[in-house]
Formats: sequence, C-alpha cells, structure tokens
Amino acid sequence: MTNRYSRQELFLGSKAQAKIKEASVIIIGAGALGSASAEMLARAGIGRLTIVDRDYVDLSNLQRQQLYTEEDVRNQLPKAIAAKTRLEQINSEIIINSFIQDVNGLNIEELIEDHSVIVDATDNFETSLIVNDAALKHRIPFLFGACVGSYGLTYPIIPGETPCLHCLLNHLPMDGMTCDTVGVISPIVQITAALQVTQVLQILSGETLFPMLQSMDIWKNEKAEINVTQLKNKLCPTCGEHPSYPFLLFENQMKTDVLCGRDAVQLRPGLKPKTYSLPYLLERLKNHVTNPVLNRYLLSCKFEDYRIVFFEDGRSIIHGTNEAKKARAVYKRFIQFY
Amino acid sequence: MSIILNGNNVDHQEGVNTVEQLLSHYHLENRIVVVEVNKEIVMKENYKTMSLSHGDVVEIIHFVGGG
Repeated sequence: MTNRYSRQELFLGSKAQAKIKEASVIIIGAGALGSASAEMLARAGIGRLTIVDRDYVDLSNLQRQQLYTEEDVRNQLPKAIAAKTRLEQINSEIIINSFIQDVNGLNIEELIEDHSVIVDATDNFETSLIVNDAALKHRIPFLFGACVGSYGLTYPIIPGETPCLHCLLNHLPMDGMTCDTVGVISPIVQITAALQVTQVLQILSGETLFPMLQSMDIWKNEKAEINVTQLKNKLCPTCGEHPSYPFLLFENQMKTDVLCGRDAVQLRPGLKPKTYSLPYLLERLKNHVTNPVLNRYLLSCKFEDYRIVFFEDGRSIIHGTNEAKKARAVYKRFIQFY
Repeated sequence: MSIILNGNNVDHQEGVNTVEQLLSHYHLENRIVVVEVNKEIVMKENYKTMSLSHGDVVEIIHFVGGG
C-alpha cells in the first residue's frame, strides 16, 4: 500500500513529515475557519489535533462550515463533538481531542499546554487577544486569522521573534467587528485557513516565518501585505520586557457575548460553574417549554419567545435577541426552575 | 491625486490629503488598522499630520472579528 502522505512527503521531505506526525496542534474555534483548518491538518497527518468550541451546529453554518451535515443540525450536536466524529472518519491514525468550552482567560492556559502550534479560528477579536496572551506566556507559535464578508487576514506570531497581536493594536478593540452585519462567503474562509495551515506546515518544517500581516479581499481581488517588525513594542503588556498578560485576567462575573450573525446571546456563568443534570432540568421545565431536544451535551427548547440552548456547565445560548440585558433576564427566569 | 492603495490605482477627490482623511474616507477611522506608506508604517499619532502625495504606495490592513 502506498503511504497516504506520499504526495505531501514528496514536497516537504520525510523529516518534515516525521515532525508533522509528532506535532500537536490546537485549533481555537470550530466554525468556518476551524473546520477548514482542522480538515487540512487532519489530512496532513498532524499527530494530535485538539478542537475547542463553545457552539452547536446550526443550519446557517452549513454554507461554509465544511465538517458539518444536516444530520448534525437535526441532532443539535456541539461543534466540538460533530467535528471530532467527522475528523476521525477522515483520518483514524491521528489523535483528536475536542472540548465543548468557551475559551476565556482562566481555561486557555490549560487548553494550550503541550501543543506545538495554536491556530486561531475564533469568531471574535477579544478571544484572539486572550489566546495571544497565553501563547506568548507559554511561548507557543500562534497563527492569527479572521475573516468577514469577502475579506480575510492572517498574521503569524512567533514568541521571542515577531511582534505579538497586542503590539499591532493601535487602539483597543470595540464591538461591531463581527460578521453580524455583513455576512461571509465561503471562498474567503478557505483562503484564510489555507494561509494559516501553510504557516503551520512551514513552522513544522523549520522554515522561518516573517512578521507579515497579510490581507485579501476575494471579491475585489485586492491584496495587501505589511511587514510589521517596527511595531514590536518593548513595553507591550503581553510580549514586552515586563509582561502582565492583561487578557488572562479573570472576570468573576456572568459574561455575555452577542454571537456572530445568529440573533443570539451567549451567557457564561462566573467562577466555578456547577454541573447541571440536563434530564432533571427538562423534567422541572416540562410544563414551561416546547419542542425540547435533549442530547448528552445540551438541552434545547423553546421558552417564552426564545429558543434556549443550555449546556451542562450552565452556559447558555439564547436565541431571539441580541440584547445582553434581555438575555440575562430570560436566563434568570429559565434557571429558577432548577 | 492618485495613489496606489493595496495594489490598485485609486483617484481621490479633494479632501483626502492625509492618512487620517484616507481612513475616514473608507470608514476605517474607528477600526484597528495598520497603515504603511511607501514601505514605512505610519504610527497612529501621525495619521493627522502625515500627508499623502501623488503616486504614494499605501497599504491598509484592518482587523476584523469573525471566522
């Protein structure tokens, strides 16, 4: 039988292929970019692949999130679970770990431990900055990527060499930078992920990556490239001489996020979330909800005018609003039944 | 005045003479951006004073969330 990696090995060499087999890559987010990167990396034979995602598969994901199927939508499977299942069908020779978690300043360090490369596939810039802090602290290369509309950008962060993501900020991030308003087409996802995966293969092959910030607009056929070496900031709170890793600082509060293009809000409880019994919760709620779907990972049901997806760690996604305040009130009314 | 912006020749009418004006022309004034003019990165504090000349090669990359 021919080696499944023979074509790749012809290009990269057997030494690089051995490195790929020994490597462990963590992908933060399993949406569009995460699906695309994960499939390429699994096919490439990365020895250990870790997927982290907070969401479940929705019909509106199928247009661009290549790992998922209509059946996953019907079963309302968490993306982390559906992704692992699909990736194991693609390559059974590698180890795939997946976590249904919302990445935050408290859990990120444990998640990335023992990985050789981190791939950014989050759907918001704030989480990228949390990952950037952890990557610098643990000295793991971090490949930033993001896309919206027909526009995408990438930037490789190599601790000790390139400026970090934080160095590049000319001011602090603000709301309104996600795909809520403009949508996204799948070709830009593929291009952005392809650039990130190329960088993974280059790192594992021992190539030097330069601090090139790259962007492209596939609709306008426009590209830009800037070498950002001069933005390296000696006083950077993340990669400077006295780092404080500000984005890892923990918030002991219920956190709310408006989700990308979903008319939904995610709520995450503060410190030490407890584990809820979902069958028990459904039993208590049965006269107050309709259309319940219960699986091992989540309970989804209609409550008042909202569809609520409740995970066993108390995290919840509330559909039918994009107002954090309203979502908090609904969550409170919902959880009082437990 | 015409400049080369992200590889394309673009003509701007009067009123777009500085980096700051160029960014607001493209509604990027509140975004996280990196701007390069003739291979030199322009720091944020110089957006107002950095004037553009005919034929300048400008690269603008703005950050987005989403993925």
